[in-house]
Amino acid sequence: MGLHTIQLIETKELLSETLRLKSDGYRIVAISATGLSGGATELSYSFDKNYDLVSLRFIANAEDEISSISLIYSPAFIYENEIKELFGVNIVNITLDYNNNFYTIPVETPFKKAGEE
Amino acid sequence: MGKRTVIPFGPQHPVLPEPIHLDLVLEDETVVEAIPRIGYIHRGLEKLVEKKDFMQYTYVAERICGICSFMHGMGYCMTIESIMNVEIPERAKFLRTIWAELSRMHSHTLWLGLLADAFGFESLFMHSWKIREQILDIFEETTGGRVIFSVCDVGGVRKDINAETLTKIVGILNNVEKELKELTDVFLNDSSVKSRTKGVGVLTKEQAYDLGAAGPMARASGVEADMRCQGYAAYDKLEFKPIIETAGDSYARTSVRIGEIFQSIDLIRQCVELIPEGDIKVKVTGNPSGEYFTRIEQPRGEVVYYAKANGSKFLDRLRVRTPTFANVPALLETLKGCDLADVPILVLTIDPCISCTER
Repeated sequence: MGLHTIQLIETKELLSETLRLKSDGYRIVAISATGLSGGATELSYSFDKNYDLVSLRFIANAEDEISSISLIYSPAFIYENEIKELFGVNIVNITLDYNNNFYTIPVETPFKKAGEE
Repeated sequence: MGKRTVIPFGPQHPVLPEPIHLDLVLEDETVVEAIPRIGYIHRGLEKLVEKKDFMQYTYVAERICGICSFMHGMGYCMTIESIMNVEIPERAKFLRTIWAELSRMHSHTLWLGLLADAFGFESLFMHSWKIREQILDIFEETTGGRVIFSVCDVGGVRKDINAETLTKIVGILNNVEKELKELTDVFLNDSSVKSRTKGVGVLTKEQAYDLGAAGPMARASGVEADMRCQGYAAYDKLEFKPIIETAGDSYARTSVRIGEIFQSIDLIRQCVELIPEGDIKVKVTGNPSGEYFTRIEQPRGEVVYYAKANGSKFLDRLRVRTPTFANVPALLETLKGCDLADVPILVLTIDPCISCTER
């Protein structure tokens, strides 16, 4: 089995850490989100190189603006649109932004924890 | 620059078994850009972890997709087992591997039929699916179900396959192998088929890697990524090397999948030879607490399961990143510059599963 490392970062470090992984030859695997109480979301950006997985992790608070990594990893747009629409995370500067119309669903931010905000 | 026209492709289209929509921006007959839209069958299955306990959810995981059903069940169970430090019996690992490889055969032969249908070769489509029926018959005999068969469980598997049936399966696969040889010769050597796939929709190795492509889509472009190399289930006991092509076109993607069908037969033969006697399941007690990322190789490529558990019987979160989701950016790249007439073939060569994609 390959190694899996979860690297805790600050929100402001996202772009620099992503750029470092890109320079090291990692490919994007997934961006995952988990809704937390208080409207926050735990985000994990996962990258692979030779079966080793590195996940950059931080907590995005409801009022935080998260920079898109789609200029560094172009396929990130698809993950970011999903998270933006399902969790309500405010991800900005996505190269192809669907403005919450990626999924054709009638419910707003269904994966955000209930009873918040 | 010529006059640009936007043509909607899908969500209902003869070549699409499931709904996806593409806005194709054309200059004359050439696609210059494609913008995808999904969401027609979003079911929110990940959200169901809040309503179904972690044992019940195995049944939901199997319903993420009708083709990769077993693999979804297995990936989910492996994730929960990792969180709970459950070591399943060796025999269960081999049984999981046998059903997983049969699933790959069933998926790839289904895809071959769909591809043949897409370029209008109806008899080839029917022959592909006729061979696939024999795999479904094996599922039915060993599990009782043909598509969704619920044999995977947290802690092992629910059903065993006796030695006599295992020998019978190898006998059936020997015949299937001969029939497949004849069938796949047409896909690989027939000039009319090759004219639709050779040099069509080229994705370079660099593009495949940068765009995060998965499975046969990546391997057909020379990216050596196959999660089975990590040695989960019984793969660490089997001789196995990923099937790689380098041309990166639709022909290469077809060739990789064909190679993988024959490889699956070989892997099942190895499993039947090596499978040990013993239990097929261990008792699992308590509730999961912690988190884990699992990656396995489905027929369409690498799938990622992320589960976060809080010690109760309901998970905090289950995230499934399916291979089609990862392959959408690569598809958009291959569509750029293609002829409008080739769009259906290119959409099919990623082997799209929208049911998986939207969950």
